[in-house]
Amino acid sequence: MSDNLIEIRDLSFAYGQRLVLKDINLTARRGQVIAIMGNSGCGKTTLLRLIGGAMKPSSGSLKVDGIEMGQIDQTALYALRRRMGMLFQFGALFTDMSVYGNVAFPLREHTDLPEDMIRDLVFMKLNAVGLRGAHDLMPSELSGGMARRVALARSIALDPMLILYDEPFAGLDPISLGVTGNLIRRLTDTLGMTSIVVTHDVQESLKMVDYVYFVSDGVIEAEGTPAEIKASLLPYVHQFVHGEENGPVPFHYPAPDYAVDLGLAA
Amino acid sequence: MIDSLLEHIRGIGRRSIDRVWRMGVAARFFMLVLLHSGPSFRRFHLIIREIFTAGVLSLIIILVSGLFVGMVLGLQGYETLQTYGAEESLGVLVSLSLVRELGPVVAALLFASRAGSAITAEIGLMKATEQIAAMEMMAVDPIARVVAPRFWGAVISMPLLAALFSAMGVFGGYLVGVVLIGVDEGSFWSQMQAAVDFKEDILNGVIKSVVFGIAITIIALFEGYDAPPTAEGVSRATTRTVVTSSLAILGLDFVLTAFMFRGV
Repeated sequence: MSDNLIEIRDLSFAYGQRLVLKDINLTARRGQVIAIMGNSGCGKTTLLRLIGGAMKPSSGSLKVDGIEMGQIDQTALYALRRRMGMLFQFGALFTDMSVYGNVAFPLREHTDLPEDMIRDLVFMKLNAVGLRGAHDLMPSELSGGMARRVALARSIALDPMLILYDEPFAGLDPISLGVTGNLIRRLTDTLGMTSIVVTHDVQESLKMVDYVYFVSDGVIEAEGTPAEIKASLLPYVHQFVHGEENGPVPFHYPAPDYAVDLGLAA
Repeated sequence: MIDSLLEHIRGIGRRSIDRVWRMGVAARFFMLVLLHSGPSFRRFHLIIREIFTAGVLSLIIILVSGLFVGMVLGLQGYETLQTYGAEESLGVLVSLSLVRELGPVVAALLFASRAGSAITAEIGLMKATEQIAAMEMMAVDPIARVVAPRFWGAVISMPLLAALFSAMGVFGGYLVGVVLIGVDEGSFWSQMQAAVDFKEDILNGVIKSVVFGIAITIIALFEGYDAPPTAEGVSRATTRTVVTSSLAILGLDFVLTAFMFRGV
């Protein structure tokens, strides 16, 4: 068993003619929490979808647990996904099921466990995210942070080796933000999983991840441990970490000269 | 001038190709649903749930409409038949119109706007909120888990609703014709019994409603599954479901009637 759960070598991906990701190299060791950061539309969610097998790389190699995702067929992909969890941006809970039903869903679909054992497992997973008491609520009755935690409980229901998080911090209040960050770290450590977090929340993720990849315009601009990233002098990383208005990423969308647009100059 | 005309013609061509292409995608979708129907029959409680949401919850509108359509048929039929002194045939007129045509067609139109639109909106929103993608990431095939049970639930409900519609209609015709106007009760029922043929009339009506059920449900499911994941996309898809399936019902009805009742 290789030490690396995810190995990406020279990966490129294009939507039709538009190149979205270019020569990506990324490694995730087992047990690590990896952050993929970058501004909106830089291709980081695409990278997550590629790891999850929702799309196939245009060129290069992407291996998850030694399996090459470019050549995987549907059956093998579904077998692999049973060992993978994904947390969607807003939880993506099934709105026609209770919290309990949502967490029980993967267990009911993929195992033949008796209902009382499913019940115990669901309560254990819900307890891990602190929402055992909310088991009979419907998703519409949950706050954003609670929904995210229920979705997390659902994605760890089958004890996966890998969890992918798509913007787990988006739209959360500071308390929920801290809770979610801690949960990701704690669950990764206690369940022996590997976590890939796609996020643009620098402060929260730098607190708990092991390694960071910065993506800008489809290429990996910088990488390193949180300490290295904080100390980085690369203009893009500096702008991102410190949230500056101007830098390599300009405030203004490309436009003709302001004076020309106002009719003050020819 | 020529240019804009050419552009217009090109637009027509583009739209036609687009339509045909979409029909092809819908047909492939239909095949996929049939191929993935096995699991939903092994877990029949999933289908029963959909029979409840599509069928049982449509009962009120179907029953009330059936009653009123039957009552109107009773009034109008009596008006016409009495000119020829044939008001005893009222039962025949009411029951044949309902069983052959109005039952399947009107029930299907109501079903398309009540259950079809709900199916499209639900699937479209499930897609917009990434529930479908989440299911795929959990290695659960959404066609087998979400689409197929809804398909069979609605297809099973449709003929039952059409039958109830016709039954309520006959009752409505009886209320107006016999109870209100005073047509002879014995001949109302006995002529109806003599004239309505099980195979020729009832069975053909059932076949119609099954075909309509399949058409409505596939259109509704496909539109929902294919909808752009935005509020505007879902609302447009819902409208398209009602429009397309209503037209499909009327078109199919003509074709089926032409095959079934050729004056033999």
